[in-house]
Amino acid sequence: MIRTQEIVFHVGQFELKRLSIEIAAGEYFILLGPPGSGKTVFLECLCGLKRLKSGRIYIDGRDVTHLEPRLRDIGYVPQDYALFPHLSVEQNISFGLRVRGRTQEKVAETADMLGIRQLLSRSIAGLSGGEKQRVALARALVLQPKILLLDEPVCALDEVTRQEVCAQLLAIQRKLGLTTIHVSHNLEEAFSVADRAAILHKGVLLQVGPMDELLCEPNSEFVARFMRREKRLPGSKRENVKVKDQKSK
Amino acid sequence: MNTSFGSAQDGPVRGWRDRVFSATAFFFVSVFMLFVLVLIVTDVFYVDKKAVMTVLTSKFIRHALWMSIWTSCVTTFIALLFAVPMGYALSRFRFPGQFLAETLVDLPIVFPPLVAGLTLLVFFSQTTVGRWIQDDLGIEFVFQPKGIVLCQFVAAASFAIRSAKSAFDDVDRRCENVALTMGCTQWGSFHRVSLPLARNGIIAGGILTWARAFGLFGPLMIFVGSFRGRTEVLSTTIFLEQSVGNLEVALAIALLLIFVALIAVTGIRLVGGSALVKL
Repeated sequence: MIRTQEIVFHVGQFELKRLSIEIAAGEYFILLGPPGSGKTVFLECLCGLKRLKSGRIYIDGRDVTHLEPRLRDIGYVPQDYALFPHLSVEQNISFGLRVRGRTQEKVAETADMLGIRQLLSRSIAGLSGGEKQRVALARALVLQPKILLLDEPVCALDEVTRQEVCAQLLAIQRKLGLTTIHVSHNLEEAFSVADRAAILHKGVLLQVGPMDELLCEPNSEFVARFMRREKRLPGSKRENVKVKDQKSK
Repeated sequence: MNTSFGSAQDGPVRGWRDRVFSATAFFFVSVFMLFVLVLIVTDVFYVDKKAVMTVLTSKFIRHALWMSIWTSCVTTFIALLFAVPMGYALSRFRFPGQFLAETLVDLPIVFPPLVAGLTLLVFFSQTTVGRWIQDDLGIEFVFQPKGIVLCQFVAAASFAIRSAKSAFDDVDRRCENVALTMGCTQWGSFHRVSLPLARNGIIAGGILTWARAFGLFGPLMIFVGSFRGRTEVLSTTIFLEQSVGNLEVALAIALLLIFVALIAVTGIRLVGGSALVKL
């Protein structure tokens, strides 16, 4: 579904170094890494918001490296959501439909799916963090993209809301069969939703695989340290991995 | 309702030090307001009924008033026409010579307005290009009403451009990026997202430009002169009246100018909403 081939991107001192990755259709993929590792830049490259220095990006086998962002059929939820503050919730959600000249029937349907129908007439300024997150998600989903890119979608939320939203994200992703890349630096989040994950550090992709594999068979000291640095909460989807890991010690 | 001095209704609980701090800030606000009001009231008391009647009945003064209003409105319109694309370009694009471009934009804010008049006069009367525009193309500026707009534009457009740039700087680029992924071209992202979000700053720049243009005096005297019924604007009328000893009439015109400016700026602020905050 998504394939990057040795993509290179420079900004200041930072460089994405020959990053190659393949993500299957319908997969929930988590991109992990510490702040400043290049996760957001990678998403922006996929969206076409950053021009690559070299390398190729393929979506559904089609080379989209030089395609404008609007033609890539990607839903993008940036960090802090970047909602349009001059528009109401409904206008935010229907923005893409209006731009593309489509009917706005999907707005109510998408709002219902995310449980935000009662917010449609509200302004952005008065929304809570969780509500903003849902509106941003609705704005991306209403266009029915093939791919959904989520940049730290729950990092600004409290723990309870975060778990709730992660479960909702996974349910929506499964229901719609969306290929999803979710950027995070939080292992708890990753364990709760990911089919597979990758760890990025200083622009280099260190390891790709299922969370269990990253946890149990890290291929570098950094991955080992990164995977073990956070204490996971009980009840996560892959709690058994923790047990397995403890046993392996 | 909490209406204590200098406090916001939803502000924090404040101790006496905070109140002293607020009171000090408001002291300066009060002193400045009092100073300006005393100056205006002094003018009001100095002006007699005869001077007021002269101002209200003189067709030359009415012409100057009309000239002041329409030239500053046209200047503001043209300035905004330049300011919006220029502000966006300076804010969003990186290009060779950008530092020089920004310095040139700021230059008219820094130099005395008189310099604008002198420079324009030299350009149109002493250079080949200037004379070609005036003589061969027949677009005359020197001592002509068109020259008033040009002069005001040179002296005031920088305020609009600078404000527009700051306004676009404040627009979150991620909003523009999201718009691009949702089907917008760069133009679509500009007019659907960036422009509405920068609106207040642009209006604030327009107000500053209008105010500067409306009160401009020095460069107009040099570049277009002050010919009764032709290139006379209110600011030059004040100068002419006081130079021939009609101080009361000059003050009455000054009050008229203040009154018109007050109405215009209040009106624009009301239309512009929170542009007030940007000023």
